[in-house]
Amino acid sequence: MADRTPVICGIGLSDYPVAPELDSRQHHVLALQRALKDSGVKKADIDGYMCAGGGMDRTDDAVSMAEYLGIDHRFIDGTMVGGSTFEFYVQHAAAAIRDGLCDTVVMTYGSNLLSAQGRMLGTRGFYEANARVPGNLQYEAPYGNVLIGAYAMAARRHMHEFGTTPEQLAEIAVAVRGHAALNPNAMYRDPITVDDVVNSRMIADPLHKLDCCVITDGGGAVIMTTAERARDLPQPPAYVLGAAGAMTHWNISQMGDYTQTAAAKSGPEAFRQAGVTPADIDTIQFYDSFTITALLMLEDLGFCPKGEGGRFVQGGTLSLGNKLPLNTDGGGLSSCHPGMRGIFLLIEATRQLRGQGGQAQVPDCELALACGSGGWLSCIGTVILGKEHP
Amino acid sequence: MALQVIDDGAPGAPPIEGRPLPAADNLSQDYWSAAAEGKLLFQECPACGNRQFYPRSLCIACGETPAWKEASGRGTVHTFTVIRQNWAAPFKELMPYVVAMVELDEGPRMMTNLTDCEPTDVSIGMPVEAYVVKVEDGLGLPFWRPAQ
Repeated sequence: MADRTPVICGIGLSDYPVAPELDSRQHHVLALQRALKDSGVKKADIDGYMCAGGGMDRTDDAVSMAEYLGIDHRFIDGTMVGGSTFEFYVQHAAAAIRDGLCDTVVMTYGSNLLSAQGRMLGTRGFYEANARVPGNLQYEAPYGNVLIGAYAMAARRHMHEFGTTPEQLAEIAVAVRGHAALNPNAMYRDPITVDDVVNSRMIADPLHKLDCCVITDGGGAVIMTTAERARDLPQPPAYVLGAAGAMTHWNISQMGDYTQTAAAKSGPEAFRQAGVTPADIDTIQFYDSFTITALLMLEDLGFCPKGEGGRFVQGGTLSLGNKLPLNTDGGGLSSCHPGMRGIFLLIEATRQLRGQGGQAQVPDCELALACGSGGWLSCIGTVILGKEHP
Repeated sequence: MALQVIDDGAPGAPPIEGRPLPAADNLSQDYWSAAAEGKLLFQECPACGNRQFYPRSLCIACGETPAWKEASGRGTVHTFTVIRQNWAAPFKELMPYVVAMVELDEGPRMMTNLTDCEPTDVSIGMPVEAYVVKVEDGLGLPFWRPAQ
């Protein structure tokens, strides 16, 4: 019987952080071309496609992109849960591959966010002046919250309940910047200190400018197939050991507990599937939209108890060479964030498991965890990848 | 228990001009109309007792149809932020301002602006009270301020 264990067999990045010559679809294309080359998969062999759109020109929904790319799919998924969509896609693709709905499936993403719109995502508000807002957001829209404000309210509550400090949150930004220094493509590479973070301009209390991710252009593609098929391909496969997704709310006013995300559900489920524990994980790739996002994930995934995140990250815990290297590519905080960062977590986790991390390689990396956050700490997907066949 | 209702543009009223406003629907029109008359509504399920906000056509706990309840207009700050960068009109003229989640004494929470206080004086747990700015017929916008 064929071994249909799902694996990641190909990865590709488009150009980042600044690529004004590419529109969103061209980011998808460049990433796909590079993933095909990386994997040794022929385009004609792809029989599944997953795409959430997200490009600024709104031309890259799943069916439009499947048509543009010419993918003859028998499995298609246009699920859109925000920036963690790609972690949810791994869950869907793993099931589809196991069940034989497709053999080789690709997910693509591309966005010219920086070149098209500048750095406005976090603080431009969501509406035009005098807009009339329907649906769930009519109860929030009049009050002028911004994207960063949503995360700031979670950070404020965490500080209130657990005594977490701005300096502790800053440790996360400092660790990730240290890794960005090792990535020649990263948006910002100069080292920063805790003081630099807490002295940077306040955007939405208690989050400072350097608590916030960067805005860039960029794109990615990930190809998944069966372990059987991967035997004939050039790259060592990254085995999907666990993949789960969960949601606590969509809009921030509906978050029940501002100190706990749905990672507290998708994390344990992914660990259960993989049969491993947080102590076994060699590197974590998180959607670090803001420092608080990563702190909540650390707690919710069980790397430390609830409320202990601030103390856990002190002393460089998340830096290469220490206990739990976070975002070895420089993360969203310093390297690459075109609006929906989730696909880059899978790509960097795969690079680490292959031993292709370059200067940022985690020694003896056998288990990597990717955790994506979509919306406003809303939809959290957790994926555990391994170097060895389960 | 009627809340204070201030006309849009009255002295001391928070500026409304340019704000995104609700596009009322079949259900929410009752909420916005009641607010214009000084009544702050939330929902309670007659079947299971669950209380919720924002209003929906079903109880998110049990699926039955909820009923309106009038809130006292008293609550506490559950969490908040101070917006210091928002490029969108009209908010760029209003900074810094407080966006907060207020927990009603009756349980549900709602997003609002806290007015009539310095942003630096706001804290979690602070008692607050609701009032309404009447924007137009059928549309009152609730705001909150420190409890008297």
